[in-house]
Amino acid sequence: MSNVLGETEIEVPIETFPIHKEKDASSLASKLPPHRIVLILIGLALVASAALFMRWDWLPQYGGLILQGLWRTIWILVVTVVLGFLLAVPLGLAQASGPAFLAIPARAFCTVIRGTPLLVQLWLLYYGLGSLFPQYPWIRGSELWPYLRQAWPYAVLALTLSYAGYEGEVMRGAFAGVPKGQLESARAFGMPRFTIFRRIWLPQAIHRALPTLAGEAVLQLKSTPLVATITVVDLYSVASRVRQDTFLTYEPLLLLAAGYLVITGIIVMLFRRVERLIPSKLG
Amino acid sequence: MADASIIPAGITGMFDLLSPVAPGWGANLLRGLVRSLQIAFGAFGMGLIIGTFGSYAKLYGGPIARDLAAIYTTLVRAIPELVMIILLYYAGTDLINRILEGMGYQRVDISGLVAGIVVLGFVQGAYATEVLRGAIKAIPQGEIEAARAYGMSPVLMMRRITLPAMLPHALPGLANLWLISTKDTALLAVVGFSELTLETRQAAGTTKAYMTFYLAAGALYLFVTLFSSVILESVEKRARRGMPSVKEAR
Repeated sequence: MSNVLGETEIEVPIETFPIHKEKDASSLASKLPPHRIVLILIGLALVASAALFMRWDWLPQYGGLILQGLWRTIWILVVTVVLGFLLAVPLGLAQASGPAFLAIPARAFCTVIRGTPLLVQLWLLYYGLGSLFPQYPWIRGSELWPYLRQAWPYAVLALTLSYAGYEGEVMRGAFAGVPKGQLESARAFGMPRFTIFRRIWLPQAIHRALPTLAGEAVLQLKSTPLVATITVVDLYSVASRVRQDTFLTYEPLLLLAAGYLVITGIIVMLFRRVERLIPSKLG
Repeated sequence: MADASIIPAGITGMFDLLSPVAPGWGANLLRGLVRSLQIAFGAFGMGLIIGTFGSYAKLYGGPIARDLAAIYTTLVRAIPELVMIILLYYAGTDLINRILEGMGYQRVDISGLVAGIVVLGFVQGAYATEVLRGAIKAIPQGEIEAARAYGMSPVLMMRRITLPAMLPHALPGLANLWLISTKDTALLAVVGFSELTLETRQAAGTTKAYMTFYLAAGALYLFVTLFSSVILESVEKRARRGMPSVKEAR
């Protein structure tokens, strides 16, 4: 599950003085041998023929809707990743070093989430909980009811729980992987337990989990179109609506795939940038 | 007042709904489960075949094969499975029929089972390519060089050296892929293939007992996952026999 797009990349050491400047030109040439130029040209020709010979006249009409869907997709992605991560930290901690009465439920939660399809979880929450709630008058009367009648809270809840389940497992490994000596020396300094967690344990665990987190964020992006099945209008559901309205088979889907590719690229780039912020030494 | 009709009266009502004989919907769920498992098996197998070719193309292929394999794995792993399924399921069948018509043949109805296996197998293939590539690279390369020095043909070398030697390295990743494959079958419900999730949805929609059926479906998926992880663990233990334990090495 871990490294989506995780092409192994050799870390280039930062040079204080640019000694190897002449190498850059040759590396460009080695990246673009003749066959790759031909492949790129074929790719460009495919894109150009798609742009020229396929029908794109629906684009201006649905432009606003597409942007709205894009915004909804990104919003759901960011919210669920952040909330899911916040939930994953206690889940991982409980499994890594918690007492049994916390560790066992945390492990059970992660197993159930990871063992069932997200679509079933989503439908269980939306149709299952959604059909139970109206039977209780106190829920109908509460101030939350206007939100509980909409679809997006269920989508956010399901995706958050799913991300927390997968990420809790990752954080368990990350917490367990922090060298014992680090925690012992922090204790020897007389740090209180929460300070140890905040200053030593959590930052090192996050650093360890960061490459996996990037992969999981891409996986989370790839699960967002499922929310379209419970009537949340995201990028995917806009594309299906265009398909229904215009009877076009390929164009909306190709645009959709391209959109997800771009978002994936942005996520990978952002995480790479965050990873570079943290100084690391390969031992 | 609505309680009695909407919530099945307690546990007995739940079991009545889930019983495998006529008034219950258990038989439908089990039929869906069997279909899901068929697709999962087929897709996993097809993914293994694609993955073997893909990893060989990435490791030993010429420059063009290498780049094409890289494009395949990057694209498939970046585009959501649901979009891939819709794209290949509708557009793929449409494309095949257009080609057939263009060549003067009749349109064919592609069965949901075959289409599901091909679509999910195509997605699985990309992940399997990466898993197998990593596993082949984890073999001590001297073994492959020695096989080449003995003059083994590539096929013989693959059968006798590469595949057996990479198996222990590939099994954890492949186990993960199998679990993903069983769960991804649920996505075929969106294109109307009646596997476990769609059967559940129909049963739940008809009886209005949403909680009961979705919980039952979740339990079935969970059972498949847990059961296969037990089996996969013992397979991995057998494949790793005689090798130093990973845990002790850390």
